[in-house]
Amino acid sequence: MFRFLLALLLSASPALSQGFAGLGTTAEGFAVPQPDPVFDFPSDHGPHPAYRIEWWYLTATLSGADGRDYGAQWTLFRSALAPETSQGWEAPQLFMGHAAVTTADAHYSAERLARGGIGQAGATAEPFEAWIDDWAMTSTAAEGADAYSALSLTARGDVFSYAMELQATGPLVFHGQDGYSVKSAEGQASYYYSQPFYEVTGILDLPDGPVEVTGTAWLDREWSSQPLSETQEGWDWFSLQFADGARLMGFGLRETGGSVYTSATWIEPDGATVAYPDGALRLTPLASVDVAGRTVPVEWRVELPDRELDITTRALNPQSWMDTSFAYWEGPIFFTGSHDGRGYLEMTGYE
Amino acid sequence: MLYSALQSLFSHWRRQPGQLAMLVLGLALATALWSGVQAINAEARASYDRAAQTLGQDSLPRLSRADGQPVPLSDYIALRRAGYLVSPVIAGEVRSTNARLRIQGIDPLTAPEAAQGPALDGGLDLAAFFTAPGLLLVSPGTAAGPLPPDLPRLVEADGIPPNAALTDISTAARLTGQTDPSFLLVAPEQPRGLPPLSEATDLVLSQPQETSDIARLTDSFHLNLTAFGLLSFAVGLFIVHAAIGLAFEQRRASFRTLRALGLPLRSLLTALALEISTIAVLSGLAGIALGYAIAAALMPGVAGTLRGLYGATVPGTLSFDPVWAISALVITLLGAAAATAQAMLRTARMPLLSPAQPRAWAQAAGRTIRSQGIAALVLFIASGLILQFGHGLVAGFAVLATLLVGAALMLPVFLTVLLNRVEKLTRAPFLQWVMADTRQQIPGLSLALMALLLALAANIGVSTMVGSFRGTFLGWLDQRLAAELYVGARDEEQAIALAEWLAPRSEAVLPIISTDVRLLDLPGEVFGMADHATYRDNWPLLSATPDAWDRLFAGEAVLINEQLFRREALALGQEIVITDDLTLPIAGVYSDYGNPSGQAIIGFDLFRALFPDAPLTRFAVRVPTEDAPDLASAIRETFDVPTELVRNQAQIKRFSIEVFEQTFRVTGALNVLTLGVAGLALLTSLLTLASLRLPQLAPVWAIGTPRKVLARTELARSILLAALTWALSLPVGLALAWVLLAVVNVEAFGWRLPMQVFPADWVKLLGLSLVAAVLAASLPSLRLARTPPARLLQVFSQER
Amino acid sequence: MVNSFLNIESVSKSYPGSDGPVSVLRGVDLSLAAGETLALTGESGSGKSTLLHLAAALDAPDSGSIRLDGVEFAGLGDSDRAALRREKIGLVFQQFNLVPSLTVAANISLQARLAGRHDADLSARLVERLGLNAVVDRYPEQLSGGQQQRVAIARALAARPALILADEPTGNLDEATGDTVLSLLLDLVAETNAGLLMVTHSTRLADRLSRRVHLSQGRIAMPASAA
Repeated sequence: MFRFLLALLLSASPALSQGFAGLGTTAEGFAVPQPDPVFDFPSDHGPHPAYRIEWWYLTATLSGADGRDYGAQWTLFRSALAPETSQGWEAPQLFMGHAAVTTADAHYSAERLARGGIGQAGATAEPFEAWIDDWAMTSTAAEGADAYSALSLTARGDVFSYAMELQATGPLVFHGQDGYSVKSAEGQASYYYSQPFYEVTGILDLPDGPVEVTGTAWLDREWSSQPLSETQEGWDWFSLQFADGARLMGFGLRETGGSVYTSATWIEPDGATVAYPDGALRLTPLASVDVAGRTVPVEWRVELPDRELDITTRALNPQSWMDTSFAYWEGPIFFTGSHDGRGYLEMTGYE
Repeated sequence: MLYSALQSLFSHWRRQPGQLAMLVLGLALATALWSGVQAINAEARASYDRAAQTLGQDSLPRLSRADGQPVPLSDYIALRRAGYLVSPVIAGEVRSTNARLRIQGIDPLTAPEAAQGPALDGGLDLAAFFTAPGLLLVSPGTAAGPLPPDLPRLVEADGIPPNAALTDISTAARLTGQTDPSFLLVAPEQPRGLPPLSEATDLVLSQPQETSDIARLTDSFHLNLTAFGLLSFAVGLFIVHAAIGLAFEQRRASFRTLRALGLPLRSLLTALALEISTIAVLSGLAGIALGYAIAAALMPGVAGTLRGLYGATVPGTLSFDPVWAISALVITLLGAAAATAQAMLRTARMPLLSPAQPRAWAQAAGRTIRSQGIAALVLFIASGLILQFGHGLVAGFAVLATLLVGAALMLPVFLTVLLNRVEKLTRAPFLQWVMADTRQQIPGLSLALMALLLALAANIGVSTMVGSFRGTFLGWLDQRLAAELYVGARDEEQAIALAEWLAPRSEAVLPIISTDVRLLDLPGEVFGMADHATYRDNWPLLSATPDAWDRLFAGEAVLINEQLFRREALALGQEIVITDDLTLPIAGVYSDYGNPSGQAIIGFDLFRALFPDAPLTRFAVRVPTEDAPDLASAIRETFDVPTELVRNQAQIKRFSIEVFEQTFRVTGALNVLTLGVAGLALLTSLLTLASLRLPQLAPVWAIGTPRKVLARTELARSILLAALTWALSLPVGLALAWVLLAVVNVEAFGWRLPMQVFPADWVKLLGLSLVAAVLAASLPSLRLARTPPARLLQVFSQER
Repeated sequence: MVNSFLNIESVSKSYPGSDGPVSVLRGVDLSLAAGETLALTGESGSGKSTLLHLAAALDAPDSGSIRLDGVEFAGLGDSDRAALRREKIGLVFQQFNLVPSLTVAANISLQARLAGRHDADLSARLVERLGLNAVVDRYPEQLSGGQQQRVAIARALAARPALILADEPTGNLDEATGDTVLSLLLDLVAETNAGLLMVTHSTRLADRLSRRVHLSQGRIAMPASAA
């Protein structure tokens, strides 16, 4: 997911790369995630302009009234040119929205860009809303409840739109060490927590007509300033839902030499978590397909021996390609093996 | 066979290099002037298109407010949050005394691809582009030219119009002091499921225009240039016609010989066509090079003119377009073909066995003179009818065209009648012969004389127009710039301090405040004027209701400029829309030269109430004239005001006059060129005639007139004809000037100027045309004086 | 007559005049054998130049037939007539004088080049024989009348024509020069075995040719004498 901050900057223009070449290693003037974080809600649900990058990232595995399987994505990225915020055209906070709907035979994606400071895009903690243009993630939680416990979600592309209501059935969960998630052996890290327990109802408006859907969804919140190791070239991220209500978040960061830095969080149905360090999770690509001119592994063997997990995942639609200014693969998956269930897979860095 | 034929045909040019030079010069000049003007026009039009393309104007619809005011930011955000793909643009201008830079601020994050322009590709430092102080993308030419001070870093990029900078909207907002978008670009594809845009906003949606506002405004100027180019082309073709006529006439005997020796007629014609095309192509190439040089030399002047008259910016440099070169060459070939057609036809019909002595192509033309006179009358009547009933710029030029062509056709009639009269009055046999002989020469010389007439008339017309304009303009400047000092402040805060400081030190401090609006659906300006004698006594009103000033300052009426008044055919007392909520009657019309767009003046208090956001940063200061320089220095010392913001009347006048002179420099240059070409045409025609005239001169010589006298008579005859042509060109030129001032100017610029006459210029022109005639006639005369008697005798021996 | 090279049979020609057509030739018969030289004499206006023009295919008769080397002129177009002229006929006419922009050398080779049979040796010999060596690089206007006429003769012969048509070739020359030029012409005609039809008003000159025909009022008045 970390390539996205480059994507965010790159996407502002096809030519954005040079001024940000040093981004991977330094974070001049920006705040840097520190171990043992203490989160302060609801304000931490809102933006953190002192950090260079941040996102609100939601994926949903859905079933339609028509009996077919669907996936949906809604993401708002924030990228700061300077560690400050202001009103007006000069505010150095840029936003990028990605939305997608996946079916077994189609993948629709859309992208929006905006600058903060004029109201076109942004996020507020209280009341919680994250938006870009007419896409919005808005808290519908009752007073006193966590703002993320209920959300309403909308997005619109050239050929699709959707509206969903989300109700959380469990608590927020924190990855790594209480939300301090290390991303490399050199110590790059981010603040990272999730709400993995949403139940969803909504309507997908697709070229074939509207479809009523129900399902589950997972919200990731993450922010940092110095996230990428220079030697990391891409990343494979899994969110899995098991039949008993447990969840697993796992990712592998691919090093240029071929080694992989992995991390995982096992989430009990009640939200209790166990964080696994590098090496506990094993990710093995099985079958690859040609996607948008690249070779992308769309079948994986996922092993977490500590939980006797050994499964094979396959994609609902192997061509779940996000044709955005920074392109990547993101789509719903099914898995079988020691456990059965559904989840979401994101793969970046396949050139 | 064809090769041998060609060889012997070309040998003629080797023996007559002067004639070849004339032909080449004529073709090259015709091509050069025409293609040069075309190159200028093409460059300017391309530049307008580029300017439009930079903002995707050429392909994207836009949303803007009906009154021309900026679109409130909240309206933009509301549209985005409703899901519409619209993108904001802040367009403005940064000015200093000697430079202005148009700023176009786009939002690269939302701009549709078509609007991003080529400039945003490549290795641009986007962090610097987005964050203060920002970057300005400018063309290399703009970066090298004069620029206003205190700009952000410049980055050179191709494809940006001259004197314009493409930048991030945040930088544009900072530089122009405007936070609301000037307009919104609308993406061609909108997301699905949204109601039509017209239901979502009160803003006015305008479809992309085929031609930009600038292109429309400058049409008249380019039409003007084209007319000049066409005139020059025609005059150049006169030369070609004369040179080719001469060459064919001289080779008539050789053509017969070649045919007698067994060269088929078809081969002869083919060879001739090949010969002329070769010369035409080579001359055309030379002409294209020359045209390019002329265009490149004139381009800075044209750029100055367009900037001065229309505020349109085009580069002062010229790019080379092969399509232009090829089309210029085709035009040359067509022109050469037209000029050759008559000679070729005559060659084709030439019997093998008629007497060998040349038959002047002029002699049988007596009848044509009458039909020319009739054609001229018809054209004059047409001219009057168009003047009476026609509308628009094209009608104005049609009046000019019919007038000029009519006058040209009238010329031989005029000269013939005049010489007839003199011939009948005179008793001296030699003088009688001279008159009769001159009259006989007129058909042969008429084309050249017509060219001279056209050039002279154009010269008189244009210089009268420019002179009248200049005189009126200077008087108007004196009225309009009544205040001694004009002061600007950095911002409104400083302006207030400045006004307070100035109040005790001057007789009056008058605010100058304006804002851009749309007046009757075109971009215009509204000014707020404070009640003061400076305006009541000096402002150049053309017409007004009796209580105009009182009603203006009471906020009950409006003054508008002449351009708006004429363009919209308004009348005093008629109401015009100032803003959505305000309509005021017109109380007066003032002249406003050098400004292409509409302008209105309302009372200062009303202006502040209507446009509270318009910044008040400029003042006109009344002080005794002698105190102005000291006060200006004191202001600069006391306040941190950029030098160019404090200017006295004299400086502004000087600057305005410079702009004016620059504006008409191109016209002047084209004028001189046309006159030169006409002189050449006269020379070639006289040369042609000279060689054909021996049969007419030989008997006069034989009966006892010395060659010297004959030569002097020839010279005198040319001078006489030139002087008569000049005399006819006076009324034609003045009529031309009147049409330019009263018809074309009104249509093109929106102002009508009183005509002034400049007889000194006429005398100068008479001198010039006489010099041209003497130069043109002296060579043939000299030749005649030196013609060996044997040549004259040959005339008799060849008579059969 | 059967072997004759140029056959002119009952040729008539009239020109439009102010009082109706003027008959210039009225049924002229004339023939010329190959290599024969024939003088055509007559008063001014007797039609001798017109007859020569017709023989050169420069003009067409109103009636009658003209054949050269078996080719009937009637019905030939401009191109065929031109071809006939450049390949078979050499003209020494005052009217078709030299091309002023070409040098003497270029004028001499002009017809031969047009006919595509330029022979540098022949030209050189003709220049030699006609005494034009000193002037080959000059232009016609720089030559005397006799020199110009010699250049015209050289030009006519350089194309190796079968028939030379000469119209008063010595008319503009003084007697001595005229004699010299005519001698040269006759010598060269004899050498090349060409036929010669020459118009002259001088009986003295006419007598130097092998045969003489007198034309009067458009008719042959006196048949051949000398031969």
